[in-house]
Amino acid sequence: MTSVIEPPAAAPATPMGFGRMVRKEDARFTRGAGNYVDDVQLPGMLHGAVLRSPYAHARIVSLDSKAAEAHPKVRAVITGAVLETLGLAWMPTLSYDTQAVLATDKVRFQGQEVAFVVAEDRYSARDALELIDVEYEVLPAVFDAKRALAPDAPLIRDDKEGKADNHIFDWESGDKAKTDEVFAAAEVVVAEDILYPRVHPAPLETCGAVADMNPVTGKLTLWCNTQAPHAHRTVYALVAGLPEQKIRVISPDIGGGFGNKVPVYPGYVCAIVGSIVTGKPVKWMEDRSENLMSTGFARDYHMHAEVAATRAGKIQAVRVKVIADHGAFNSTAQPTKFPAGFFHVFSGSYDLEAAHCAVTGVYTNKAPGGVAYACSFRVTEAAYVIERMIDVLAYELKVDPAELRMANLLRPEQFPYNSPTGWEYDSGDYPKALRLAMDMVGYDGVRAEQAQQRERFAAGDRTGTLTGMGVSFFTEAVGAGPRKHMDILGLGMADGAELRVHPTGKAVLRISVQSQGQGHETTFAQIVAEELGISPDDIEVVHGDTDQTPFGLGTYGSRSTPVSGAATAVVARKVRDRAKIVAAAMLEVSVDDLEWEKGRWFVAGDPDSGRTIQEIALAAHGALELPEGVEGHLDATTVYNPPNLTFPFGAYICVVDVDPGTGVVKVRRFVAVDDCGVRINPTIVEGQIHGGLADGIGMALMELIAFDEDGNCLGGSFMDYLLPTSMECPSWELGETVTPSPHHPIGAKGVGESATVGSPAAVVNAVMDALGPFGVRHADMPLTPSNVWRAVQGNPVRTDVAIS
Amino acid sequence: MRITVNVNGVDHEREVSNRTLLVHFLRDDLGLTGTHWGCDTSNCGVCTVWLDEVPVKSCTVLAVMADGHRVRTVEGLANGAELDPVQQGFVACHGLQCGFCTPGMMMTGRALLNENPDPSEAEIREAISGQLCRCTGYENIVRSIRWAAQFEAAARATTNETAEVAQ
Repeated sequence: MTSVIEPPAAAPATPMGFGRMVRKEDARFTRGAGNYVDDVQLPGMLHGAVLRSPYAHARIVSLDSKAAEAHPKVRAVITGAVLETLGLAWMPTLSYDTQAVLATDKVRFQGQEVAFVVAEDRYSARDALELIDVEYEVLPAVFDAKRALAPDAPLIRDDKEGKADNHIFDWESGDKAKTDEVFAAAEVVVAEDILYPRVHPAPLETCGAVADMNPVTGKLTLWCNTQAPHAHRTVYALVAGLPEQKIRVISPDIGGGFGNKVPVYPGYVCAIVGSIVTGKPVKWMEDRSENLMSTGFARDYHMHAEVAATRAGKIQAVRVKVIADHGAFNSTAQPTKFPAGFFHVFSGSYDLEAAHCAVTGVYTNKAPGGVAYACSFRVTEAAYVIERMIDVLAYELKVDPAELRMANLLRPEQFPYNSPTGWEYDSGDYPKALRLAMDMVGYDGVRAEQAQQRERFAAGDRTGTLTGMGVSFFTEAVGAGPRKHMDILGLGMADGAELRVHPTGKAVLRISVQSQGQGHETTFAQIVAEELGISPDDIEVVHGDTDQTPFGLGTYGSRSTPVSGAATAVVARKVRDRAKIVAAAMLEVSVDDLEWEKGRWFVAGDPDSGRTIQEIALAAHGALELPEGVEGHLDATTVYNPPNLTFPFGAYICVVDVDPGTGVVKVRRFVAVDDCGVRINPTIVEGQIHGGLADGIGMALMELIAFDEDGNCLGGSFMDYLLPTSMECPSWELGETVTPSPHHPIGAKGVGESATVGSPAAVVNAVMDALGPFGVRHADMPLTPSNVWRAVQGNPVRTDVAIS
Repeated sequence: MRITVNVNGVDHEREVSNRTLLVHFLRDDLGLTGTHWGCDTSNCGVCTVWLDEVPVKSCTVLAVMADGHRVRTVEGLANGAELDPVQQGFVACHGLQCGFCTPGMMMTGRALLNENPDPSEAEIREAISGQLCRCTGYENIVRSIRWAAQFEAAARATTNETAEVAQ
């Protein structure tokens, strides 16, 4: 018998540049041979654990750690009082605020760090926490951002001199007078209160560090799963007064970041102090509850949005007022001049006359954070509010939401486009992307099916589910950024790259950004391969070690490809130019006579006379006489200061089936058309989009960090904080268009967060569309069965504070 | 308490505290760090290993419960230098990004294929539904396991064919 069973498609071979290829990282990850921070084991290593506050707001009356210190396996107990003597009880945040490392005066959110125990093993460290006796005087607290500025609201930051309220900042963007003028004259104005509730990035690997202060050399080595190793090193130098060259931050393999691993957390500082105090390496790994309750959350944006339009459906202006809940300390990580991140890209993908937003940041007795979870610095909130509002307008005008978008999208000839809030969108063909998404989903077919269903429903048939289709068209602003406008703690957001070609023609690339699963070791090698014709297999990418890599701000906000990817292309071109001079010397011709084809310089008109990059590399290290002023070897360095952000975009369409009797939402299909410019490795791009789409399902339907009336975090474990599984996610249907970025060396745009930014609105719009027969115009995320059911009953809830 | 656990075919005798979790025994005592620790509540599944031939969440199994039993971890999945088809599938189909859930996903995938050599997409989704992935949206994990099923089916067909020719 002849076999009819075909083996599956083999993995793609390594291309000489861009294209699909197997990731270099996978060899270790599939063998269980990754090197995550908790895998680091050092001789004599001790283990730390953090005692946390059970209360949201309380004065510390007394703290007694004697019994813990007497535990036979405890080596040190560090309290706020101990840190105070070292001047380390408070640390600066990345937003020019201060944050308690260990509480001295009072605790300001449930889960705040109060004491740190260092013991011989991780179980004993936890045991000793139980032996620390803290007496608290519980204080009134505020958890509702909308009440934070009430005159009678309890004062949270009385540590700040002269602070009399919970106000952090006011920030606005756009032309208010012009916007108000358009609104005053508008034929149609729709308004809605829209909450983007607090969620958590919840990477599967929690945050942690191993600190090793060498008492002899005075050098601190810190293994830490930070997304920004260089920025962290500088912060430690500033906070602890350690000389920067004596600090080495190693960011090893990271089990997912999503912005959760950008800030400096008290646990890291405690591990460092623990190592200094004990003279031994100290490991601190938080557990899942600690991760969910105390580290950088995301969103918590309370928005009031309005859209002005003509009756014919021309969108004229948008204005949004936001109360931004930043928790007890303002520790968001974002460019200094943008306290609301890039929220002011909220005018979206449309041709508007005017737009204005006003954002007020407030303190509450909740964990600090806000900018995280693949948000591209608050573009998530911006894309959600505009795309939800377009559907609200469509609902009021009784027009199809896809048609309404198509009629108002920016047209290709309008690029580069200056938005009403000051952005210059680099490139795009928006209608093409939306048309492709509509074709892929079979838009008219789904609408026809829905119409039949609604007829049955109107006739009294309550047996079936209701289908809904939701569209979201997003424009992102990623790749921070031009150093003139963008810095974090005064550090400009430009990134370095160093490339060295070895004598045998193999290469090592050193970059400042740090992978948390994005596959940098593969894609950055592909960029060099594309530019130099050296196989990606022959290029080692070094990252995540401040002693081994050039300075840069790290990986978040989808900035690796826009900034460091550009740096890599530029540094490879510098090497190529140097190789040209060497080749000219080898061939004894003028450099002007040479032409490049991938991997070799050759004499114009005489293609057989040429030298490969490998031959050139060997000669550059050899005895060849080089022209005056040309150094030997073959290497280059660069610092890339991006001229502008990149503006990826996409059209997403989600189809859901909602059971109006139970409120259960089933996502049937999800079509995602993304345009991120030139794709370096399409497989990796698609994988990133898949992940972001799952985030959208999670946030729209499941995920929530809510608080009860006592300030208890109601999302403190994976039994309470629900993440999407393989059962909630459909099989994703992807499409693409390619509009290169005109200012990026290889035409690429960031993509790591596009799907997380764009997808929640599509899901919510689909559910609202399904609920059309019930007259539901808006309900807030997460659309859990109970929240959908309440919306159907005409009684939607404030999901964040668990009150109806 | 003194326990003997057979891990990846090798007996390990160790003194452990009664409360030591299997995940910590594997990672800290045996140095098998391919098995990860993620949530403590059996929800995320990054700690999934086999106890005898059954996938379990090793963060909610005590090491003493493995006394006298066989444990298989990701380090025991490959046959020397030759990757298990499930590992090959994850590489070929980009079934991983950060790699943190990957060992647990592969152990479950291997167990599924041992029980059901030709699982449908729905069956694969159900099999991994007790494990979380934050990077892939599950799509490529499903494809990876399906790839391994196809690979093994093709290999079996070739073996049968060869056997028939030999007869």
